[in-house]
Amino acid sequence: MSPHHRRTLVVVGHGMVGHRFVQAAIERGLTETHDVVVVGEEARPAYDRVALTSFFEVGAEALSLLPEGEYDDPRVRLLLGRAVTGFDPGSRTLLLDDGHVIRYDELVLATGAAPFVPPVPGHDLTGAFVYRTIEDLEAIRDAAAGARVGAVIGGGLLGLEAAKALADLGLETHVVEMAPRLMAVQVDDAGGACLRRHVEGLGLTVHTGAMTTAVLGQERVTGLAMEVDGGLEARSARTSTSVDADLVVFSAGIRPRDALARAAGLDLAERGGVLVDAQCRTSDPHVWAIGECAAPGGRMYGLVAPGYAMAEVAVDALLGGDGAFTGADLSTKLKLMGVDVASFGDAFATTEGALELVYADAVAGVYKKLVVSDDGTRLLGGVLVGDASAYGVLRPMLATPTSAGLPLPANPEELILPVTSGGSGGLVLPDEAQVCSCNDVTKADIVAAAAAGETTRAGSTCGSCKSLTKKLIEDYFESVGKVVDRSLCEHFALTRQELFEVVAIHEHTTYDAVLAAHGTGGRGCDVCKPAVASILASRLGGHHVLDAAHVTIQDTNDAYLANIQRNGTYSVVPRIPGGEVTPEGLIVIGEVARDFGLYTKITGGQRIDLFGARMEELPAIWRRLVDAGFESGHAYGKSLRTVKSCVGSTWCRYGVQDSTQLAIDLELRYRGLRSPHKLKGGVSGCARECAEARGKDFGVIATEKGWNLYVGGNGGATPVHARLLVGDLDTETLVRYLDRFLMYYVRTADRLQRTAPWVDSLDGGLERVRAVVVDDVLGLGSELEAAMERHVGGYFDEWKATLDDPDKLRRFVSFVNAPDVPDPHITFREERGQSVPGEPTGPVSLGASIPVGAP
Amino acid sequence: MTTEQQTYVAVCRLDDLTRESGVLALVAGEAVAVFRTHDDQVHALSGYDPIGGACVLARGIVGTRGGVPYVASPLHKQGYDLRTGRCLDDPEVSVPTYDATVRDGVVLVTPGARGA
Repeated sequence: MSPHHRRTLVVVGHGMVGHRFVQAAIERGLTETHDVVVVGEEARPAYDRVALTSFFEVGAEALSLLPEGEYDDPRVRLLLGRAVTGFDPGSRTLLLDDGHVIRYDELVLATGAAPFVPPVPGHDLTGAFVYRTIEDLEAIRDAAAGARVGAVIGGGLLGLEAAKALADLGLETHVVEMAPRLMAVQVDDAGGACLRRHVEGLGLTVHTGAMTTAVLGQERVTGLAMEVDGGLEARSARTSTSVDADLVVFSAGIRPRDALARAAGLDLAERGGVLVDAQCRTSDPHVWAIGECAAPGGRMYGLVAPGYAMAEVAVDALLGGDGAFTGADLSTKLKLMGVDVASFGDAFATTEGALELVYADAVAGVYKKLVVSDDGTRLLGGVLVGDASAYGVLRPMLATPTSAGLPLPANPEELILPVTSGGSGGLVLPDEAQVCSCNDVTKADIVAAAAAGETTRAGSTCGSCKSLTKKLIEDYFESVGKVVDRSLCEHFALTRQELFEVVAIHEHTTYDAVLAAHGTGGRGCDVCKPAVASILASRLGGHHVLDAAHVTIQDTNDAYLANIQRNGTYSVVPRIPGGEVTPEGLIVIGEVARDFGLYTKITGGQRIDLFGARMEELPAIWRRLVDAGFESGHAYGKSLRTVKSCVGSTWCRYGVQDSTQLAIDLELRYRGLRSPHKLKGGVSGCARECAEARGKDFGVIATEKGWNLYVGGNGGATPVHARLLVGDLDTETLVRYLDRFLMYYVRTADRLQRTAPWVDSLDGGLERVRAVVVDDVLGLGSELEAAMERHVGGYFDEWKATLDDPDKLRRFVSFVNAPDVPDPHITFREERGQSVPGEPTGPVSLGASIPVGAP
Repeated sequence: MTTEQQTYVAVCRLDDLTRESGVLALVAGEAVAVFRTHDDQVHALSGYDPIGGACVLARGIVGTRGGVPYVASPLHKQGYDLRTGRCLDDPEVSVPTYDATVRDGVVLVTPGARGA
């Protein structure tokens, strides 16, 4: 073949592995010599099947691995929605279902696998589904709308994912597993039992040792019949039983899609899959197979990481390289229904003489097992359920057929015992340790990228290594002297979150008590005092920030219940809930501004800011405002500012819900809530989003069916759009979730951390927020709601309370010994018809002639 | 002039000055920020924040930084040593200090900045 002739390479299948193959082909220059044609059966380009379940929350677009719809290389052609019906190795041609014939020089099969549906009676009734494609999930979602009970056949990894999805869709959910435990391939009996408790804790019903004998129903699914083991003593005595179900999802394993290869006469593996050599070449030298349809050395791999490895190997081979696929690490670490599960190596201790070290805490729902060699020096495998944080450290120690692994420490049990306070828990990971198994990224790769200010693909596929990756990057910066110390300040060796916990546990009510119990010496500073002030204000109902015990720890603006400006004057912002104000209210604000000579400006939060008030004038200004029915707008606090709204269905011809009423209700509910940073909300009455709710920490957008709740948005220097937490809520549920979300944020965010970075900082990100707020995996829901109820019940207007208390009013004086003398440093000039600050004066002396009052 | 004969301006009662806070006083025409620390020491600085350009130091948070009693400017949080007026964040900056003491439960400040 002349080098001037371009060759044609056809890829059959555009799933994750097919996509990775094309990416590698482009990156490594295979497209310099080959035109690539990709034939995909599904209508959409490759998407992240590992994260398939998140389709219900984020939609199909977010899952796409090729959002642009085409590759950035004109030599790659993508044919979607078309199936290959056969190929002929002799003529090197392939036939599409639309009748087209394509001639190929090289053919790569990446057809993946298909769900295995056991041939039980009724398996094809309406209401029976599999769980493999976005179309499958769309069908399940549609069917769930009219269903009450769902059953998933198969309690493995994917089955539990599917079960979680059904439960999230509001179905009473059963999991039916033939093996005596859940995730039977990955975890042992005790680990399975621990996992089962977590799953049942989420309200699902688990049947193990249960063989499905029939799907019941005439045309539609009405239930499942099964035979259940009688238990250990009566293994032979099986009992027949049934459960009602309106829909059934089969998730009983997968089978390689090898039919094309079979029809073409290629060699197959004994247990299915296209037999390939170490370079992923089939029995025909011009046909390759990668991913789940392939069986290197006779074995198929149902995970994405080996598939990616095969894709790379095949590209390498096509370029004339000698890379080889020599087997894959089948270690698994994932988060399932909010529960960490990891399984690696010889998890079942089948190695001769293997010893097991087990740590279990049934209350915490944690089970950890290490399998070590008979002499205790090598790690052979393990199972972690409920807490897989040790995985990153354990994984490089694992002895495999090809690698001895790092030696175990002298006390290997330390590796799975809970990290005690003071313990470092910090075993050092070697550079070559693989951190991201999906993308084969090592610790060395991550550290090198951090040093160069670049990023790696670590954490971008299944996300399970995100926290370890983050820690490695933090460790790196720490090692080069960049401080990653998360202590609040020199007075507290705690993060804000930890401080919140200790304040809650010890029920401290004053800064002095917190400092005495948890301080590291010294009297505190302008960092820790306001942080503790905020925590106390969030926790204590009926608490006034100007109470004697708290007044000296308040931040600048809280200390005078107003916003300090550059010349030492303050601005005043009365609350205008939802931005709705009466003409009478507006007139009062105008009169107050006029009478005190205040500069007025409309804020971004749909209210009015009055600038230039001298500190000693604040009480008189507020007297007028309070008497007219206004209250503090908390513009001075790290607290709820406003809930912005559009006019909604009341006025707007497009509005579908009363957004103004909801905005007012939410603003009044959360007013005065002190938080780690300021909080803003918004409510839009339709999808046109005129209230810009997605630019807020919490945003609500009306739908025909209710409300969509978005969280984690902000404007400012780093604008972020809020992301959908959950959709189509009724108002009561919306408020409940918002209560939980806000309190969870208040409790766990860092000081001055807004909701967007807070969400990102959580292990699991938005998914974690959803698990805690919506799925209530921590069982904290009612506690968070109760905390918010305490806040709502304890709310009072801080300014009115101040006006009513002479002790609190005493601080609003210019000079303690000359209250009638205004501060001479404050000057004004006029601009566009209003007063604005004059130039700084430098220190001013009024001369000794001013009469000075004695105390 | 001996210390006994020195002129003081009475500012307020010590009881009226909350621990770890400040007040602004008018001392012979000058705006002086008077602070009380947790151990009942009193300190007096010019009330004018030279970096922020406003008379606000009396309203700052009082605490310690590395053992140094200090006030943080409410505008931009620069710290000032209550004993010396030295800015803890900018060695080029300091504010004038005044002699302050407590007698018979009354806080007294001597007019005229130290060294002025």
